[in-house]
Amino acid sequence: MGRELLAGNEAVARGAYEAGVRVAAAYPGTPSTEILENLAKYDVVYSEWSPNEKVALDVAIGAAYAGSRSMAVMKHVGLNVAADAFFYASMTGMEAGLVLVCADDPNMFSSQNEQDNRNYAKFARVPCLEPTDSQEAKDMVGVALDMSEQFDSPVMLRVTTRISHSDTVVELGERTAVEPAEPPEYRIDRAKYVMVPGNARRRHPIVEERIAKVKAFAETFDYNRIEMGDTRLGLVAGGVAYQYAKEVFPDASILKLGMTYPLPEQMIRQFAAHVDRLVVVEELDPFIENEIKLMGIEVEGKGIFPICGELDPTVVRRCAVEAGLVDALPLSPPQGQGGPVKLPPRPPLLCPGCPHRGLFVVTNKLKVVVSGDIGCYTLGFLPPLAALHTCGCMGASIGQAHGVSKAGIAQKHVAVIGDSTFFHTGMPALLNVAYNQSDTVVIIVDNRTTAMTGHQQHPGTGTTLMGQPTYAVEFGDLAKAMGIERVHTVDPYDLKAVEAALRDCLDNPGPAVVVSRRECALLPAARRKWMALAVNEERCNGCGLCFQVGCPAIVKSDLLDEKTGKAKARIAPLLCTGCEVCAQVCARRAILRRDEMEEAKAA
Amino acid sequence: MNTINFFLTGVGGQGTLLASNVLAQVGVQAGFDVKKAEVHGMAQRGGSVSSQIRWGDQVHSPLIAKGEVDYLVAFEKLEALRYITTGVLRPGGTVLVGEMAIPPLSVSSGDDVYPGDDEVQRIISAAADTARTVPSLSLAKEAGNVRAHNIVVLGALSTFLEEVEPEIWLEVIAQRVPSRYVEVNKQAFQLGRDSIQNT
Repeated sequence: MGRELLAGNEAVARGAYEAGVRVAAAYPGTPSTEILENLAKYDVVYSEWSPNEKVALDVAIGAAYAGSRSMAVMKHVGLNVAADAFFYASMTGMEAGLVLVCADDPNMFSSQNEQDNRNYAKFARVPCLEPTDSQEAKDMVGVALDMSEQFDSPVMLRVTTRISHSDTVVELGERTAVEPAEPPEYRIDRAKYVMVPGNARRRHPIVEERIAKVKAFAETFDYNRIEMGDTRLGLVAGGVAYQYAKEVFPDASILKLGMTYPLPEQMIRQFAAHVDRLVVVEELDPFIENEIKLMGIEVEGKGIFPICGELDPTVVRRCAVEAGLVDALPLSPPQGQGGPVKLPPRPPLLCPGCPHRGLFVVTNKLKVVVSGDIGCYTLGFLPPLAALHTCGCMGASIGQAHGVSKAGIAQKHVAVIGDSTFFHTGMPALLNVAYNQSDTVVIIVDNRTTAMTGHQQHPGTGTTLMGQPTYAVEFGDLAKAMGIERVHTVDPYDLKAVEAALRDCLDNPGPAVVVSRRECALLPAARRKWMALAVNEERCNGCGLCFQVGCPAIVKSDLLDEKTGKAKARIAPLLCTGCEVCAQVCARRAILRRDEMEEAKAA
Repeated sequence: MNTINFFLTGVGGQGTLLASNVLAQVGVQAGFDVKKAEVHGMAQRGGSVSSQIRWGDQVHSPLIAKGEVDYLVAFEKLEALRYITTGVLRPGGTVLVGEMAIPPLSVSSGDDVYPGDDEVQRIISAAADTARTVPSLSLAKEAGNVRAHNIVVLGALSTFLEEVEPEIWLEVIAQRVPSRYVEVNKQAFQLGRDSIQNT
């Protein structure tokens, strides 16, 4: 087999394929998404997007109960959703290997927090493996499954953004598993798998004995390795932090940990005895550091390196110099940069033609307070729209809005939640709104895809991860079935229709749902309809209303209005998709609409 | 050999990531150990995009330490300045900047000013011993497709990396772009090379 440059996520997918995984389930979430997208390319592995991470983990557990190697994949906060399943799986064990791949996001490139999921491994007494590059990311999937079967325990493979999204060279292997000729019988074992208190009390000591056995196993684990060098400094590191340690301390002794829970105590004692100063290099929590301290060994870590944010060679070197671990590099002559320069920022924003924009223009006009959720529409919080006022976690908006309504505020409260997020954890919360009847307006922004993570399928799209056609849920019907009587479905490109629907919901008491339905402007079907609009310079007086729409395609032109002296608007033809939201906002009809553009072209 | 560090930057949709993939694969086919790091997801949507690529005998960190970038390659002028001014370049480093300018929202709304060409030139010349602007758009147009502007810049970059034969670049480009655009991109690559070699 060949050598290929693979991202960590591609490597995990390859590893699952090679190690004979038969069922894999996930919910998309940066930085983990590409794992299942890549695994779905192998027909012999059943891969699915589940509605949320808890369902995904239950699916993987079920497959492992049924005797198939299985994998569940999620971003770090996904394990908060799946924690219940994670804990019972630790109690029961399985009939075949189960690996949970968890992608932490130090520095929060695309997340609401930077929780360190190694804590979950210890919490649930589940072994935790951490790769240092794509080769290990691939190989450790198989290692985790072997361990899972050897110890009858789920195993966590913890990656981070830098492992997931860095490409390194990987030696490929073949798929090793032999597919069963006949479907196996399901092995029934009620004492092991029915976690009622009586059975659970018998299982708990087994779980504690199991993790002690894994701890002994860790002493000879292939991926725990001592690399002796200069004995004045001994570093302990796992994951990508190991690479930074090798870069900054090329001569130091290093204990590389491929398993960060449980730790190999004897190996650490032996290593500590041979070095003058023992220092842990790890991202986020002092997890390894605290475990070593519990052994009664003197060690440093977070006194030197930061808890917040991700490490990199620059941070590690700076902290190491400050702590006297390495000498400062000879100062290079400062290369002139022409003094301090203020550069315009380029923050992420709603794309031109984004269907969420029209909705937010209307919620701003009606001056409602909006409980928000997680997806592209979260970017509606940015000025000039500034239309979204909370964002906590997946599915939080509806429950929050219900609480706001029950507490009582001057106006009727609104929740905005995306289509995929609604399926994820919004549904029970809407059920609550209907059941406990609150004056809450829930707007489901249905752009027909899971957009933020790169257009994944969901139960409303009519197709599966593996490309099979399937039933597509209608949000309006679903809301009615849950007990919401006032339901509107509108096109967010039609501002009048959105306003009429929202007014109906705001002016009448009781729960209501608005489905704001329009496909993401970046989907292929939408792209085919793109058409750039233009400004009639004579009609435009530079009032600036259209700039408040916050579309990157609307720019200030060099032309000034004679009366007002303000810059007239111009539309960037390469960016505009022709959604007409700005044209509907313009009071002077100065922005030509699609039909007017067609007429102008024909003339 | 010493590790060669590349920092590529541009705006979402410009083809920065495709160029990064080509550059990383060229390193592999030239026999180096290669690592490449980039960021996806929310940070990418309409924002600035950057990618770090390292070639060497053995590369450890996928991220490049501050002050150790050998080649800063920008497909957009403002993004070039954004990273140059944070001090990523090694003393004696090289800067290559494509001629595209994409004003961010704060500029088009009139709140900020996009740096003028004199300012761009002043900053990149002060930061690097070798600083070149590449007429990426006009050469891509000449090659037959403006979208090939990223490959024009890679062509310019290839002239600084004499240890790698141009054939390897062309081979990787042919693997990585859709088949009907291969000839346009090969032409764009050659025009990029010529723009440096003929000046």
